[in-house]
Amino acid sequence: MGETTMTLKVARYRPEHGPSPYFDEYEVPYREDMVVLDALNHIKDNVDGSVAYRWSCRMGVCGSCGMMVNYVPRLTCSTFLREFYPKPVVVEPLENFPVIRDLVVDMSDFLDKLKDVKPWIIRAHESPIRAGEYVQTPDEVDRYKQFSMCINCMLCYSACPVYAKDPKFIGPAALALAHRYNLDSRDEGRDERLDITAVDWGIWDCTFVGECSVVCPKDVDPAAAIQRSKVATTTKAMMSMVWPFGVERDAEDRRDA
Amino acid sequence: MGGGAAGLRAAIAAAEVSDGLSIALVSKVYPMRSHTVSAEGGAGAAFGQDDSTDLHAFDTIRGSDYLADQDAVEAFVTEAPGEIVQLEHWGCPWSREPDGRLAVRPFGGMSVPRTVFAADKTGFHLLHTLFQTSLKYDRIVRLDEFFVTSLLLEDDRCSGVAAIDLRDSEVRCISAKAVILCTGGLGRIFSFTTNAAINTADGMALAYRAGVPLKDMEFVQYHPTGLPGTGILMTEATRGEGGYLVNKEGKRFLEEYIPSKMELGPRDILSRAIIQEIEKGRAFEGPYGEYVHLDIRHLGEALIDEKLPFVRELTTKFVGIDPVYEPIPVRPVVHYMMGGVDTDLEGKTRLPGLYAAGEAACVSINGANRLGSNSLTECLVFGARVGRRAAEDALEASEPAENPLVRLASAEQDRLTSAYLDNEGGRERIAPIRRELQATMERGAGVYRTEESLKEAVEEVRALKERFGQLALFDHDRAFNTELVSALELGNMLDVAETVVTSGLERRESRGSHTRRDYPDRDDQGFLAHSLAFSTPEGPRIEYGDVTITRWPPVERKY
Repeated sequence: MGETTMTLKVARYRPEHGPSPYFDEYEVPYREDMVVLDALNHIKDNVDGSVAYRWSCRMGVCGSCGMMVNYVPRLTCSTFLREFYPKPVVVEPLENFPVIRDLVVDMSDFLDKLKDVKPWIIRAHESPIRAGEYVQTPDEVDRYKQFSMCINCMLCYSACPVYAKDPKFIGPAALALAHRYNLDSRDEGRDERLDITAVDWGIWDCTFVGECSVVCPKDVDPAAAIQRSKVATTTKAMMSMVWPFGVERDAEDRRDA
Repeated sequence: MGGGAAGLRAAIAAAEVSDGLSIALVSKVYPMRSHTVSAEGGAGAAFGQDDSTDLHAFDTIRGSDYLADQDAVEAFVTEAPGEIVQLEHWGCPWSREPDGRLAVRPFGGMSVPRTVFAADKTGFHLLHTLFQTSLKYDRIVRLDEFFVTSLLLEDDRCSGVAAIDLRDSEVRCISAKAVILCTGGLGRIFSFTTNAAINTADGMALAYRAGVPLKDMEFVQYHPTGLPGTGILMTEATRGEGGYLVNKEGKRFLEEYIPSKMELGPRDILSRAIIQEIEKGRAFEGPYGEYVHLDIRHLGEALIDEKLPFVRELTTKFVGIDPVYEPIPVRPVVHYMMGGVDTDLEGKTRLPGLYAAGEAACVSINGANRLGSNSLTECLVFGARVGRRAAEDALEASEPAENPLVRLASAEQDRLTSAYLDNEGGRERIAPIRRELQATMERGAGVYRTEESLKEAVEEVRALKERFGQLALFDHDRAFNTELVSALELGNMLDVAETVVTSGLERRESRGSHTRRDYPDRDDQGFLAHSLAFSTPEGPRIEYGDVTITRWPPVERKY
């Protein structure tokens, strides 16, 4: 009995061999419990060691192995071949990023943007370690928890039509992480972050297509984070007009949570 | 070197010593890809009312089968709570009690609940918190996707590293007054492991080749509960929250092995119990080997979703099992390396200028068996210690002479080019050698070992090293050559695997995770000692060093 196989079409780009991308086709063994990454590893180990791609944890949490699988951004470690069998699977590098080689994209732009939104706790006064932890109730954790689940896999940038048109857009993951810190009861850095996220290329450029939330493997829902940031920003501006003595922070958070 | 929990913690600690320092964070992957991200259950520290640092120390030492250095353990338990609070101040979303204080959960081998956690994604949250916090320090300069190929030694001092920039395969000379190895473990030398693809013993191999001994390398931890096939970890928190281990007969078989602790026994004892159940024919048969059941159904959907959501996500996604309704198949799986680069309490190795922390290092607080939830905390405590120490030493040290280092790095480029990038001649390929190494280690140095199994493994690893010398790549491109990285990783794995099996062969006793069928008892007369593997042209030379005992004289390890 012959082994069951299926076809993998892999996008190749080897700048030292020519300026144009092309496809290589490989027959790979098929089993119901195989994921796309297993098929790539089969090729690399047994057929063609020159195919370049990133991977590490193979359990959907390190965020390395995002690629276009049949034209949709996916984590290849968590995408089963059985979803496509017996039709061929087309594997390409994540869209909207420069390609370094084969399936490896350049994500340094995101790293710069992540730093720009100041994804760390900002406080006027840091209490000493010996004073113990800041008290934060389970409800307060729940306010930002969802937005802290981002694994930086870049699928949302690959799906985002705004980022596709203009890479200056800060983009879904970085804006969601900014929102995550804004919602954290330990943080006082919202105003500083708004200087970055509520100006050009920030939250107002999002047209709320919502593709980022559709492709997110961790249900972070960056689209919601961006919409809520817009509401919070507007509320703050309005409140400062009608209530010039300052906006009470907690009330504002409750409204946008 | 290394951007996981220990590396990031060290970088931040060093950055806080002085703003006059320039700190390179060199990692073969983007830091948030590091394997810390996969840690699930939690981080141990004595917080609770019923807890004390002495109790944490005692549990750790008993868990280590009295091989831990007790001065290191005392430093560890003393500084652990402060590090957990530090991470909290940096924004880690720790799970909380209703009053807003940090919550703790029970873990194996711990006398009281002392494991702080962020649901069951503790490593993920800890890593991203550290990474995001590190971004605020301009003096931490990241060199992402740089693979270190050798330590640059000058006048018997480590004065930097040679590293390939993966983008163009060019070797860069990174000179430094202090080099810290935080490169994690070696799980990938085994075929069935919870470890990520990147866990290939790189830092251990570099230190070993530079003359620094690898300590206690025979002690490889098998975690009792991995998913058959993939090896994906089912966190110990499943048992901490009240899950059962059940055999084919529907019996909680740990009653026969460790009735006082049951599912909250330490990992070495539980892994042996499962193997014995398999040998007695009381395990289930499956396509990926025999297994037992981890049953958490009685915990209920609400608790599972609140405290074990990742377990539910992983089993549902990868094996189509919803643990709310079905038991999870599990078997023992290689998880952690107790041994590593020999360091003192501040992470210094015996090579001036070289330091290590985290899983790559052996301080040692874990001895012959690590307790679950001590490793994340170890990365924080000793990452911070080594970062401060290295920074202070660097402020005192003189500038390394650039020219000799540049020459060394250029020689390294020539070596890599002729051995790999331009070598069309070799007849061996990476994957077969790697597969055979992994199978050899499983056969020879698994949960149970014998003189014969270890001797065979030593011979086989040597033969594989010979074959590795005949390696050729498919890929000769300079742009992002992942095959070149795999080849260098395989070289690291082979050297370090040899220390594991040789140290195991020489330790003719059973202690903690190292279980010899031919020497079933602990032998304090002969082996209450750290093994030290030194590199020689003929292979590892094993010496022994003293174990530091402070307040807990070795007694029989009883639960």
